[in-house]
Amino acid sequence: MSGPQNHSDAHGADHGEHGASHATLRGYLTGFVLAAILTAIPFWLVMADVLGNATTTAIVIMAFAAVQIVVHMIYFLHMNSRSEGGWTMMALIFTIVIVAIALSGSLWVMYHLNSNMMPMAPGDHPM
Amino acid sequence: MTTATAQQDKADVPVFHLTEDEHEHSGGSTMLGFWMYLMSDCLVFAVLFATYGVLGRSYAAGPSGADLFDLKLVAVNTTMLLFSSITYGFAMLAMDKGRQAAVQGWLLVTGLFGLAFIGIELYEFHHMILEGATPMRSAFLSSFFTLVGTHGLHVTFGLIWLTVLMVQVSQRGLIEANRRRLMCLSMFWHFLDVVWIGVFTFVYLMGVLK
Repeated sequence: MSGPQNHSDAHGADHGEHGASHATLRGYLTGFVLAAILTAIPFWLVMADVLGNATTTAIVIMAFAAVQIVVHMIYFLHMNSRSEGGWTMMALIFTIVIVAIALSGSLWVMYHLNSNMMPMAPGDHPM
Repeated sequence: MTTATAQQDKADVPVFHLTEDEHEHSGGSTMLGFWMYLMSDCLVFAVLFATYGVLGRSYAAGPSGADLFDLKLVAVNTTMLLFSSITYGFAMLAMDKGRQAAVQGWLLVTGLFGLAFIGIELYEFHHMILEGATPMRSAFLSSFFTLVGTHGLHVTFGLIWLTVLMVQVSQRGLIEANRRRLMCLSMFWHFLDVVWIGVFTFVYLMGVLK
């Protein structure tokens, strides 16, 4: 029974770095520069109306947001598939699935509900 | 030394290694638990985003996002939050090196950026409410104030937490427990920055587009 205990003691002594984050200065600076660029471009696209088309601009800035979220996850939140034996990644994937279902489901259902509730012009008769 | 001797003594006893713990550091289960909390908080925000997505165009003949939002102010606000993220990162790096004064200094800078963010957001809300764009005006404004206000509340609580931790660190130093707390707040703070990416993209930028 004392085997695992000894092992973890030795492990702690080897590293001697309890309470150390996995961060590096280089990682933070890389993340910061990437995040600044990925923030500045969407603001520029919208404020200067570069693309001249609302739908295209919306799609492009959403793509930038998705990339920036990944950048923050990797460089600031230090996400990887190994931390906590992979359980943080599992929790994240599970959350993304739930969020995707909640968001797309709500938008889809409510969009159709709105279309069917459109006010009718006077003179129109329901079928 | 004692560990090595103990292991030699029990050389005939089978030793079990937990391979998945190989790269684990402090507070193992605490960090995982806090990550679970963040993920559930993520669901809260997802619901608020979904609500905003459904109601965000229901202006009830009131002002729209294009009328109300000042993108320059939002850009400044976004910059404040991004700066606070990197300065918190510097605090974590100082913590790894055990430099308490540097940790306190970077935490203070982070707190000031956070305060600036909250100040600008409150100024924006105040301005909107003075113009008659209150949460009661339309479904769009109700969902806007709920979503952005919830994020602002999170940042406010993060600031309170930050202040408490600065007091803790000044009294007890960078002890194991304080390091764990600082790492939890680090995750919380960076998580709020991630949520803000969604807010400035979906609410502000896309609100101005149409």
